[in-house]
Amino acid sequence: MNYWPLLGIAVVVIGFVLRFNPLLVVLAAGAVTGLAAAFPPLQLLESLGLNFLKTRSLPVILLLPLAIIGLLERHGLRQQAQRLISRVKGATTGRLLTLYLALREGSAALGLTSLGGHPQMVRPLLAPMAEAVAARQQPTLSEHWRERIKAMAAATDNIGLFFGEDIFVAFGAIVLMHTFLRESGIETDPLHIALWGIPTAIAALLIHSVRLLRLDHQLARTAQQDPPSC
Amino acid sequence: MLGLTELYYLVGLIMLGVALLTALDQQHPARWTGALFWGCYALTFIIGDLLPPALVGALVVVMTLMAGLGGLKSGPLQSLSPQRLQQSTERLGNKLFMPALAIPGITILLVIFAQLWPTQPFIDAKNLTLVGLALACLVSFALALRLTQERPMQGGLEAKRLLEAIGWAFLLPHLLATLGLLFNQAGVGQAIAELARQYLQLDSRLAACAAYALAMAGLTVVMGNAFAAFPVITAGLGIPLLIEQHDANPAVMAAIGMFCGYCGTLLTPMAANFNVVPVALLQLKDPYAVIKAQAPTALLLLCVNVFLLNWLAF
Repeated sequence: MNYWPLLGIAVVVIGFVLRFNPLLVVLAAGAVTGLAAAFPPLQLLESLGLNFLKTRSLPVILLLPLAIIGLLERHGLRQQAQRLISRVKGATTGRLLTLYLALREGSAALGLTSLGGHPQMVRPLLAPMAEAVAARQQPTLSEHWRERIKAMAAATDNIGLFFGEDIFVAFGAIVLMHTFLRESGIETDPLHIALWGIPTAIAALLIHSVRLLRLDHQLARTAQQDPPSC
Repeated sequence: MLGLTELYYLVGLIMLGVALLTALDQQHPARWTGALFWGCYALTFIIGDLLPPALVGALVVVMTLMAGLGGLKSGPLQSLSPQRLQQSTERLGNKLFMPALAIPGITILLVIFAQLWPTQPFIDAKNLTLVGLALACLVSFALALRLTQERPMQGGLEAKRLLEAIGWAFLLPHLLATLGLLFNQAGVGQAIAELARQYLQLDSRLAACAAYALAMAGLTVVMGNAFAAFPVITAGLGIPLLIEQHDANPAVMAAIGMFCGYCGTLLTPMAANFNVVPVALLQLKDPYAVIKAQAPTALLLLCVNVFLLNWLAF
């Protein structure tokens, strides 16, 4: 067994810890891994090229909505999102994000994974709404808290997606698990794999909802700590 | 039939447009490096399959250096004047949401349509969601142009503006996926599983569950992708330890094991499209802000998973 390719992992960890630009870290890790596995340099370059071509579908999802979102933002999409949520009485940051979490996880569990996402939902709609509601709860909202709330909006989208999609039986992960176990000589029913994901999916919903609802209390507490100066 | 080939042409043309707009922008602070980056990226989409793989590899190295060494910067902004913005928002109101919601809406309609009519000759069924998303974006783009009364060129400028806001983070998910495949080819996963097998003597069932769960999360943190970690850890630890030694139910083990991997995904900058790209999109100062927001949920859930596995799988 050749253990030298593990050096690539060490490069990644050290590079991220020392906060070098991640692109350069990844390139260096690729070079180290390839050399440690005794790939000749030309073969390393070839496999870099082929792997890059094979994974081209990744940037597509990020790129395509940008022109539309950009046009709408130019004409006030984010401001309109904030105006809309400010008319909803009783809305709080925690409640808004909890509602979004439930919708995102539920729709992903039905296979509707494209009802969300960072470029088309979080940046133009969810994050500005969460920030606007937080500013209404706490008029002297600090920059630190604005950042935390925007990050929490992005986190909520990820968590809803991850723990919803995996209980949809036609999702790629289920197919992957089923195929891999079959190749290893173990028969499973894809439906059972999907169903046994439900307890974790519920736990994810509960844990994150509790954290989101606590966010409202934390926001209220910052109000007591630094009352408006005027 | 519309498939990946046509989709890649479309993406390549958009990137070529961004490259041209950058090259034509005389006040752009990173005019030529930006144009070169987007030009190279466009080439890999439009004629990537025709080029020798080593040349594509060389293009990837050039792009990585260009973006990694700060060669992508934001150009001068021409946003609407405050009066025009106000006029526009008053005129459009909630209609502004229509094109944004049409993207997922039309994608889902197309996916349902193709599933109800399995022999339809229009969309390649293997890449249904991606092609559906592309078609939905084209329709939404036309709708957005009509509503905002802008020229198509403005759409290109807006795409360029957002791509510049994302900056180098745009390339990271793609480059990490490339590295993941390279890790597999070099046998990184097998080496880890082999190490774990040699040094872990786990007779207690709970310890075996914990080892599997933590290994899934840990390797996912390293690889940035639970799908890449699953075969390695399941073959190295899950099957010999949990299934053969402790007689676990494979369906439960697989389902919960994959979710342990997802907990790892929430914790790692290697999962760039979920954890790094949003930082750039939301212009957050702390590069790890999204991971910090996710960490308590992910760690608690990982503990819950160990106990669920120990309880449900036997």
